[in-house]
Amino acid sequence: MNSGIPLQYFLILATVMFFAGVYGFLTRRNLITILMSVELILNSVNINFLAFNRYLFPHKLEGMFFSLFIIAIAASEAAVAIAIIINIYRRFTTINVEDVNEMKF
Amino acid sequence: MAASQIMFILFSAMIVIFSILTVTSRKILRAAVFLLFVLVSTSGLYFLLNYQFLAAVQLTLYAGGIVVLIIFSILLTSHISQNFESSGWKKNIFSALAALAGAILSIVTILDYKFSATTEAAKEVNMKLIGKSLLSVDYDGYVLPFEVISVLLLAAMVAAIVVAKKGAPKTIGLPKLNQE
Repeated sequence: MNSGIPLQYFLILATVMFFAGVYGFLTRRNLITILMSVELILNSVNINFLAFNRYLFPHKLEGMFFSLFIIAIAASEAAVAIAIIINIYRRFTTINVEDVNEMKF
Repeated sequence: MAASQIMFILFSAMIVIFSILTVTSRKILRAAVFLLFVLVSTSGLYFLLNYQFLAAVQLTLYAGGIVVLIIFSILLTSHISQNFESSGWKKNIFSALAALAGAILSIVTILDYKFSATTEAAKEVNMKLIGKSLLSVDYDGYVLPFEVISVLLLAAMVAAIVVAKKGAPKTIGLPKLNQE
């Protein structure tokens, strides 16, 4: 099957994607782009799970189901985050994280 | 070079380029489209690993659902032509240093570690097996996380509706939605 590609290539690819997400998470100021960086991070973790499952434990399905559940959690996280972002936009008319600095108490 | 290797190089090049563009692009809608490219090439990798079901889920849920949701919220909250201001060279440089240091550390560790695969025969992943495992209570069953995830999805859906429509009745009929 995928004999020509070592496992390490998948892991390095996921690492690059993960740290691109970390860089975006640290530098971005817009809430939606921060959310996009988090999606990148979650997606890179999924690649890791599937590569480990296929190369090291091909007789089991743990990695596949784990990434299935990660995808479901990412979907619900995105839905709730976007609801919160829209609410913040209504209240502050901006979604820049540095302008949203007061809480209702 | 085998076809799978060529496809892997293509997909990984797309993933690396577009994920870096996603976090550096100055236009928000372009960043969302680059994210879409990243997710589609990731599903290509899943096809390469022979997980057809998960690749389909990735395409429909991530590329079809989450990216569309993100694009809609971008259209609701920002101007399309608006450019971000650069976030300061100091912050950029230190974030890039942190990310690079982490990446180099992880890659060195990965290249150093000797992975040992099992010798057991590979299992054919078909739809029947996935459905049976998801609803089985045996040793290889995943019925508990499946149920928990369904409750979580329901709760998230209800929460999203409640949070997003909070305060809406006050502003009905007003021309301006955002009044202090």
